[in-house]
Amino acid sequence: MDEQAFTARVTGDDRVEPRDEMPDGYRRTLVRQIAQHAHSEIIGMQPEGNWITRAPSLRRKAILVAKVQDEAGHGLYLYSAAETLGADRDELLDLLHTGRQKYSTIFNYPATSWADVAAIGWLVDGAAIVNQVPLTRCSYGPYARAMVRICKEESFHQRQGFEAMAVLAAGSPAQRRMAQEALDRWWWPALMMFGPSDVDSPNSAQSMAWGIKRFSNDELRQRFVDATVPQAEFLGLVVPDPDLRRDEETGHYRTGQIDWSEFATVMRGDGPCNRERLARRVAAHDDGGWVREAAAAYAAKHAAARAVAA
Amino acid sequence: MSQPQRPLSGSPQRPLSGSPLWEVFVRSRRGLSHTHAGSLHAPDAHMALRNARDLYTRRQEGVSIWVVRAGDVVASSPDEKDAFFDPAGDKPYRHPTFYEVPDEVQHL
Repeated sequence: MDEQAFTARVTGDDRVEPRDEMPDGYRRTLVRQIAQHAHSEIIGMQPEGNWITRAPSLRRKAILVAKVQDEAGHGLYLYSAAETLGADRDELLDLLHTGRQKYSTIFNYPATSWADVAAIGWLVDGAAIVNQVPLTRCSYGPYARAMVRICKEESFHQRQGFEAMAVLAAGSPAQRRMAQEALDRWWWPALMMFGPSDVDSPNSAQSMAWGIKRFSNDELRQRFVDATVPQAEFLGLVVPDPDLRRDEETGHYRTGQIDWSEFATVMRGDGPCNRERLARRVAAHDDGGWVREAAAAYAAKHAAARAVAA
Repeated sequence: MSQPQRPLSGSPQRPLSGSPLWEVFVRSRRGLSHTHAGSLHAPDAHMALRNARDLYTRRQEGVSIWVVRAGDVVASSPDEKDAFFDPAGDKPYRHPTFYEVPDEVQHL
């Protein structure tokens, strides 16, 4: 495998498809990234899934069910994309269940009030969109195609969250307080979703060269901040950052320091919900075992009946 | 043509808890052909269709779905892509742009 020729090819915007020759490092990087992305989608069902039975109206409940179902769908698109690289689905799930592969730290925070559900849609899905839109042009075809589909669906996720937030922000003093507290809880973790500064992100340069990554973590974070601060202002909410300033010269918002020690803590497994999220996922998988077995037995029975008839 | 070592997507040799991989094709509306949408695991064809409905047409993206076992897809091998498609490479006369048309001639 001529790595230079490969890099030149992906730099020239030629896409890589499943059975093409590719450097081992490229394959490994993609499998890890796509799998972690898939894990994040299915773990991401939990914070909001907890609120389905407590949604404040039938309308909000129907929306929330559809959104959580989408997250499951996104996980499945992504696991399929990882499988095109030769990864095995059972093995990927096993890596998640045994903690050997990670998922986004954001899902280790609890959704403590209904306003958190709104904030997750608005901020967490909003940040995810900023991260994911460039991936629709990723050099690996199946990943890029999955991302096109996901980005279209995420747009509904973000808007429903913003709408729910706007209702609270325009509501009673207690509702406004709920909205503000949710923004206070989710703002900084949302900024951390873009990952550490690229200076501290050793794999970034290689991913850029391979056309897997198109923009630096800091660039994407800036894009999110610039889009979101005016939205918070529209809602009449205060971004919980005393150092936040608009740079008149560039038009960009400058945030205060992100507390990366918190990120490291959650990453290490000591966030508020790490153990709970993983235990819930493993239990869901184990509890569904009899369904998979029954479906397999049913399929085998009918295959046997067809064989006899034929 | 050859049976691929690894099918278009996935590895049905080690299926998910006994469920093979299926490729999903969706016709987005009448008048258009089915297009590859992605893949999924399911124990049988019936479940594969239902799962494909839930996974790939949650927003009315389709009016018809085909599912095909990934292992049953026969694909040209990428290794032979040049040799395999070469015969078409030196036949520009198959395209209308190959021919010179005098300016004063219309509707040709």
